[in-house]
Amino acid sequence: MRTVNTQEIADCVYSLARKAGLTLTDGCRTALERAADKETGAAKFALDTVLENEKIAQREKMPVCQDTGMAVVLLEIGQEVVLGGAPLSAAVNDGVRRAYEDGYFRKSICDPLTRVNTGDNTPAHLHVEIIAGDKINVTFLPKGFGSENMSRIYMLTPAEGREGIINAVVDTVKIAGARPCPPVYIGVGIGGAFDSCALLAKKALTREVGTHHSRADVAEIEKEALARVNELGIGAQGFGGTTTAIGVACEIAPTHIAGLPVAVNIQCHCVRLGKATL
Amino acid sequence: MKKLTLPLSEKDYKNLHAGDCVLLSGTVFTARDCAHKRIFALLDENKPLPFALNGAFIYYAGPCPAPAGKASGSCGPTTSARMNSFAPRLLDAGLGGIIGKGGMSEETRLAVQRNKRVYFAAIGGAGAFYGNAIKSSECVAFPDLLSEAVYRLEIANFPLVVAVDADGKSIF
Repeated sequence: MRTVNTQEIADCVYSLARKAGLTLTDGCRTALERAADKETGAAKFALDTVLENEKIAQREKMPVCQDTGMAVVLLEIGQEVVLGGAPLSAAVNDGVRRAYEDGYFRKSICDPLTRVNTGDNTPAHLHVEIIAGDKINVTFLPKGFGSENMSRIYMLTPAEGREGIINAVVDTVKIAGARPCPPVYIGVGIGGAFDSCALLAKKALTREVGTHHSRADVAEIEKEALARVNELGIGAQGFGGTTTAIGVACEIAPTHIAGLPVAVNIQCHCVRLGKATL
Repeated sequence: MKKLTLPLSEKDYKNLHAGDCVLLSGTVFTARDCAHKRIFALLDENKPLPFALNGAFIYYAGPCPAPAGKASGSCGPTTSARMNSFAPRLLDAGLGGIIGKGGMSEETRLAVQRNKRVYFAAIGGAGAFYGNAIKSSECVAFPDLLSEAVYRLEIANFPLVVAVDADGKSIF
């Protein structure tokens, strides 16, 4: 057994959050640079501005986007780890609270009815999974809500199959139009149940832009869905062109013989992500 | 690129066409969902508003806190479509224009056309860029709303695209 004080997890969440708020992932930046070379007019103007924006963010130590997001924290904890110190969720919230305060990040979490802001961007959106071994994998995803609002879940029939999955992705992006800050990154959950399918879609967004699923048939769905989405003509910021999305990432899980759940989680072009292993 | 300073003249509005890229300077007021709700309550009760609507520009935005030595934190646009239920009435009441991101409703497009105003699309996700182009920021109403309060901003050379022009032409 290995003992880890949850203070270490809090500090890890803190440093991942501070860095992620100011930076696009390498895969995201590369995809945006490629798009800027290809597009013209207002769409190119938008992409050039976004790329310049990251340089300003780095130089001025300001978040790339003012929507510094809901703090999504995914923890994979090895079952040989014993946690000491403060309760896990309190530690994670402490890391988030300090990072959003020290980083001059926006506090965007509020009561759903009264709309009163919690003032420190907590509680974090925490998911914990127990895995083999004695390590802890920490993933931090600051999730903006302009794009989250455009996400959808479909309970398809088995007969709708592969084509139905791709249509669900295209349908979601089409309905979203210019609202989620395209070009978007699309996380897709395939299978599981109503709840776990949505989590799969969110987990898919923690995969780097430009990577593909290890299963060939899933990777083919990713490629075909991306090609179909980029035929919609929405383009960067809705200004037209062939870059409506910079990637599609699918994650799958076994489902019931009666169903085919598909969740489409939309991420804006500001793909920010932090990962570490303790 | 065309440079403009607020407030806009009739001629300025006339010369803006959907798809034009411009650099905008001058005074704007931030307002998001919650601030709009409160502004509408004040309008309904015939009470004074946090700022005079006549010719004013609303920027759909909620900034990050300002780091020491800076006028503003990151401050890019939020999704305009959430304000579709508010925009037409404010435009009819004299609002000079809107800055936000993404498409708006047919009712909003018609209100922009009817009042010969403009809807500018800012580049979503460019929060540091816009925040760095803000020269001063002052909370003028609803401080309890934190980032969702109304701030008066002095902006310098904001990169924008004309999304809906005075003729009602839309880029979306």
